[in-house]
Amino acid sequence: METELGLKPGEIGLGTTLVAVGFDGGVIIGADSRTSMGGAYVVNRVTDKLTYVSDRIYCCRSGSAADTQAVANLVTYYLQLYAIQHGEEPPVRVAAALFQELCYKNKEMLSAGIICAGWDKYAGGSVYGIPIGGSLHKLPYATAGSGSTYLYGYLDTAFRPNMTKEETIELVKTAIALAIGRDGSSGGCIRLAVITEDGVERHFIPGDQVPVLGI
Amino acid sequence: MSSIGTGYDLSVSTYSPDGRVFQVEYAAKAVDNSGTVIGLRVPEGIVLAVEKLVQSKLLVPKSNRSIQTVDTHIGVATAGLLADGRHIVNRARDEAESYRDIYRVPISGKMIADRVGHYVQIYTLYSSVRPFGASAIIGTFDLDGPQLYMIEPSGVYWGYHGCAIGKGKQVAKTEIEKLNLDKLSIVDAVKQAARIIYAVHDEAKDKEFELELSWVTAQNKRHEFVPADLAAEAERLAKESLNEEMEDD
Amino acid sequence: MEWNFDPFSNNSFNHYGNNPINASHSAGGIIQRTQSPKVWGGTTLGVVYQDGVMLAADTLGSWGQLARYRKEERLYPVGNFTAIAYAGDMSDFQYTKHMLDSLMIKEYYINDDHVLSTPHVYEYLSRVMYHRRTKMDPLWNTFIVGGYNNGERFLGYVDLLGTTYQSSAISTGLGAYYAQPILRKAVEGREGLLTEAEAIELLNSCMRVLFYRDCKVINSIQRAKVTAAGVEITEPYSVSSEWGFGEGVRGFGSQKQ
Repeated sequence: METELGLKPGEIGLGTTLVAVGFDGGVIIGADSRTSMGGAYVVNRVTDKLTYVSDRIYCCRSGSAADTQAVANLVTYYLQLYAIQHGEEPPVRVAAALFQELCYKNKEMLSAGIICAGWDKYAGGSVYGIPIGGSLHKLPYATAGSGSTYLYGYLDTAFRPNMTKEETIELVKTAIALAIGRDGSSGGCIRLAVITEDGVERHFIPGDQVPVLGI
Repeated sequence: MSSIGTGYDLSVSTYSPDGRVFQVEYAAKAVDNSGTVIGLRVPEGIVLAVEKLVQSKLLVPKSNRSIQTVDTHIGVATAGLLADGRHIVNRARDEAESYRDIYRVPISGKMIADRVGHYVQIYTLYSSVRPFGASAIIGTFDLDGPQLYMIEPSGVYWGYHGCAIGKGKQVAKTEIEKLNLDKLSIVDAVKQAARIIYAVHDEAKDKEFELELSWVTAQNKRHEFVPADLAAEAERLAKESLNEEMEDD
Repeated sequence: MEWNFDPFSNNSFNHYGNNPINASHSAGGIIQRTQSPKVWGGTTLGVVYQDGVMLAADTLGSWGQLARYRKEERLYPVGNFTAIAYAGDMSDFQYTKHMLDSLMIKEYYINDDHVLSTPHVYEYLSRVMYHRRTKMDPLWNTFIVGGYNNGERFLGYVDLLGTTYQSSAISTGLGAYYAQPILRKAVEGREGLLTEAEAIELLNSCMRVLFYRDCKVINSIQRAKVTAAGVEITEPYSVSSEWGFGEGVRGFGSQKQ
């Protein structure tokens, strides 16, 4: 999987499962917690892959850990500047546009697949995908990382528009549990973040409580 | 102006002893001598109107516009030196474009006013430059609704419900204050704007003028000149009300 | 480990012909900027007809063989009387859209009663494409530019090398193989006769063939028509398809049941 992500020799890759789903009033993002090297050694089994970029916007990172951290840090900085200059929190589409700009302009140097999701007063909850190459896609739900391969069928079946918060939490949790079960590069715990007008609510499902599905 | 002629008004980088920057005040005078420009903000959008004094009969009608477009959703009407107004508008266009390049959304009224205001202010700091002899009224429709701002030669800007600059600004402001801007339809706002421009025009002292009318409406959020038929209607009503006034006297 | 991610790298033969300038080696110290496309839009079609021009494309953004983004609009209006259909890399297309938007904004605020007509947009786009290929940093796209200005129909092709040609029937991707003969037969010599209904049926039937035979076409398509009335782009829709004849097919040779 990691060759697909285009890592440089020796680089730490986020073999990952990322999911983001919009619902009435916000978005829910989720990820596994495994960081591995060379497709064999688990560097960190309790990684937090849900990355803050502004008070109501988070991103999920896949690809090179180093590249995506650098990009996320830059976007965080630009969004802080935006909030100060505009006197209000940035809209999600602006955050997504900044991710796109960095990923597109530097496509030759980066291996970064990013999901940007959050809440703003204009659009409510929204989800954007910025895959390798630097294109930008507004989506009702998104998945990325090595584990995403195993999730398209499930998400296409299970997603419905206008789900409740509880239903959406269950959907994201199940999706990540499924990917953890099938993808060697995903594993450990499930982390979720519910982003609404009221704030960001974190959920943590420890590795021993991750649902085991199928046979 | 007791300090005039005492040498404190020669440069923008010199204060007078009582803390004034005369060059900036003179720049404001250049604006006060100009034809009247007004902006109205109503729930359905923004209307800009200009009393453009025609310098020569040889000029082609509708040339030397004082209302110009920035991006697609912003209109700027300038009063004062036309060339300075042009320069301000060009800067506004550059700012709007660079904002779009970075954030991929149209710039808001507040941000364009802030950026252009900042640019104008820079020209009040250095002895090597002259402050702009122009004020700009910025009208736009952004995510938060219709926005109206006015930037003065000093660089200060405020948001307005209605504003006026130029020769007739006092009378125009009095007239604007009488309007119920929160209830006015955009079409009525156009008619009122035309009426006010006609009312403040001093036929005895001034040359002929051309009425420029533009708007940004909630409907398409684009800055455009008011359609010819509505503009003609507004102008006809304006002339009519002027005649009525004269008969009343 | 391979540095450049290329969804097609496992193929010994490149079915989509999308690597015409695959510079894999760079001279010592010189930056290599030649990219490989990632999110990919496939076939597009364009024809002229009685009232103007009509373009069609499906709404798929492919990621290698994965149908990753299934609701991507690949038809885009440029001003009031031009529409473009794109194939190729999605990020480069989004860049191009932004570039053309900026161009049209400038054209709007200059406000001199002059409009950029389709041949102008086409020339501009082709110069940009050629310029970028000359910098060895191409925009990995193939465009069909269609328009209708003052009674003149326009349909042109531009690709990542800056190649251009105009024709009354144009197709890209696998459509260049499957749809082109069908389009030519229906359109050439009948440009002024083809009705709107016939043009729609023609594009629908070509998209149907592509849906049958091109792995990277899905049955969710859009059409754009450019006429004297302006640009009109349909919502995504599906075409009917015929599969019933397959029910009686048994095995692969002599098998009877």
